[in-house]
Amino acid sequence: MSLVSLNNVSKSFDKVQAVSNVTLQVNAGELYGFIGPDGAGKTTLFRMLTTLLVPDEGTCSVLGLDIVGEYKKIRPKLGYMPGRFSLYQDLTVEENMQFFASVFNTTIEENYELVKPIYSQLEPFKKRFAGNLSGGMKQKLALSCALIHKPDLLLLDEPTTGVDAVSRKEFWEMLAMLKQEGITIIVSTPYMDEAEQCDRVALIDNGQIMRIDSPKNVISSFKDALYGIKHSSKYSLITALREYPYAKSVQPFGEFVHYTDQRDELPLSELLNFLKSKNLEDVEIESIQPNIEDVFMELMEEQNHE
Amino acid sequence: MRIIRFLLQKEFLQIFRNKAMLPIIFVIPVVQLLVLSFAATYELKEAKFALIDRDQSIASRELVSKLQATGYFILQSEFTSEVEAKIQLEKGEVSFIVEIPRDFQQLLSNNKATSIQLVIDAVDGSVANLINSYVNSIVRDYSATKAVNINVAGLQNIEQFSVKKISTQAINWYNPNLDYITYMVPGILVILVSMIGLFLSGMNIVREREIGTIEQLNVTPITKFQFMVGKLVPFWMIGMFDLLLGLALARFGFQIPFLGSLTTILIIAGIYLVLIQVLGLFISTITDTQQQAMFIAWFIMVVFILMGGLFTPIESMPMWAQKLTLANPIAYFIKIMRMVLLKGAGWKEVYEMVLIISVVAAGLLAVSVNRYKKTSG
Repeated sequence: MSLVSLNNVSKSFDKVQAVSNVTLQVNAGELYGFIGPDGAGKTTLFRMLTTLLVPDEGTCSVLGLDIVGEYKKIRPKLGYMPGRFSLYQDLTVEENMQFFASVFNTTIEENYELVKPIYSQLEPFKKRFAGNLSGGMKQKLALSCALIHKPDLLLLDEPTTGVDAVSRKEFWEMLAMLKQEGITIIVSTPYMDEAEQCDRVALIDNGQIMRIDSPKNVISSFKDALYGIKHSSKYSLITALREYPYAKSVQPFGEFVHYTDQRDELPLSELLNFLKSKNLEDVEIESIQPNIEDVFMELMEEQNHE
Repeated sequence: MRIIRFLLQKEFLQIFRNKAMLPIIFVIPVVQLLVLSFAATYELKEAKFALIDRDQSIASRELVSKLQATGYFILQSEFTSEVEAKIQLEKGEVSFIVEIPRDFQQLLSNNKATSIQLVIDAVDGSVANLINSYVNSIVRDYSATKAVNINVAGLQNIEQFSVKKISTQAINWYNPNLDYITYMVPGILVILVSMIGLFLSGMNIVREREIGTIEQLNVTPITKFQFMVGKLVPFWMIGMFDLLLGLALARFGFQIPFLGSLTTILIIAGIYLVLIQVLGLFISTITDTQQQAMFIAWFIMVVFILMGGLFTPIESMPMWAQKLTLANPIAYFIKIMRMVLLKGAGWKEVYEMVLIISVVAAGLLAVSVNRYKKTSG
């Protein structure tokens, strides 16, 4: 059963086409990821799913209800965590929780079991103002507030942006746990490494969906042999590789440069000799497994060539 | 109702947690009433003058001492020539020059009419007018005792007037002593509640948008109506509280008469505050940040105050400006306050103005609620 369904949805702001012709379904109980860079249209999609924005074209239904005509019935069943921290900084942790519980006509006690694993970490600080919490704590509080009324659908817009690596990891563990509780979750993120934690992902760029599949299938769609190449001067390495006549794609990835070749078999010594001729000594090359980001880059390139 | 209660609870919690808020609520009314009422006055006090006494007689000295005896005027310096006196006038060391002619006493003792000349620095027109009329009345009194006419010749505008057989006697009703404070305080109270209503409530809504909390609130089952009630009621209560505080100060501190009924004042103030708050609400729907909202609110406030009849009477404005004040809620409320407090007016006298305020409030509320919907999706 699909809990969320978008059919040919488009939305533009003045002259900018934020979302164009998006069709997707999210099943009950799924942990679904919107993956894409900043400005891809993820937040616009979220604002439509949260009934805050009306699409220009197409239809959108959430929990079987139309977002335009039946938004009042949808809102009480949604848990929403906007990209920007949007709780009251001048209220304490506990007061924020109480406030959001009460506007959803419930109490902290009533749904305590659901939020306990997250909220219990905050309880030592419950008298502290929300504005004085650390980034990771703020995010946990926001998640607790979004969950306090036991929503059917949890919408998290870039919840891990600006949060440290440890808190990010913890956060995804919490999401996995909530999924066990049967809550459907849609999460957006610009971090490709997080995508692999989702059941299914939609790769979004320029307001369009490039691919929808499970992370595993997305990765296996990457057919080329992938190499990680490393050199102390990354910039000259990239420039040199781009000049190599057989190069298919050259993408910087952290300390490595990801490289694919136009030929089926890459003659390593030939490439090393080529780089040597460009004054690049001590180059490390290793064969590596592709990840979602590689697929994303490939899809983006394809889109740009069209 | 339950949700409104929680919204109000949250709002009050935030208001009283705001360190700037308590001083605003308690200090502003006191400062405004105390400082403005005493400072913003048109009464003439201790204007300095230069004297050119060409007569040097008993009569001329008598007249000068009469001028000084009132307390309004201080003799700064005496000259023998006009030139020196004018230099002092130009420097601003004196406000006016009194010149008494050589034959002053002689003409008086012969029961003939005589004149003195008055040269007034009229840069500040209202002060010049006051000096002119005060000096005139002193001279008139003096000439009455001498049973002769002394004419006062002004420089720009030579007024001839003499003691007539029929004299007019003015009696000031409602404010018999022309006490400036009595006149100012009701108006200042209006400014006070207007500021609280316009700035605080409008600002509060924009704040939710500025810090992003509105996004979270919009996805909750809170309705537009509940949200607005939650935003407007706390500042309405604070405004009313400040008005009561101000009225108490006016009554017991300034001894302002309370001829009308307090209930009438409070009911009208309640309606008026809603209007002002809705105006703030409207400003909040057309702005995105507190800074923008503050600027627009200030602009509107200054225009309203200057054209509200607090400092300058509306009757002395040009016709087009008088028409504009028909759209100025502050002008209505100042008028109502003065009528009810000082004249003891009741519903019959003010209901038309109250009706206008209520209709404008309802209209503006409809527009703002409609606009609010559009901006938040």
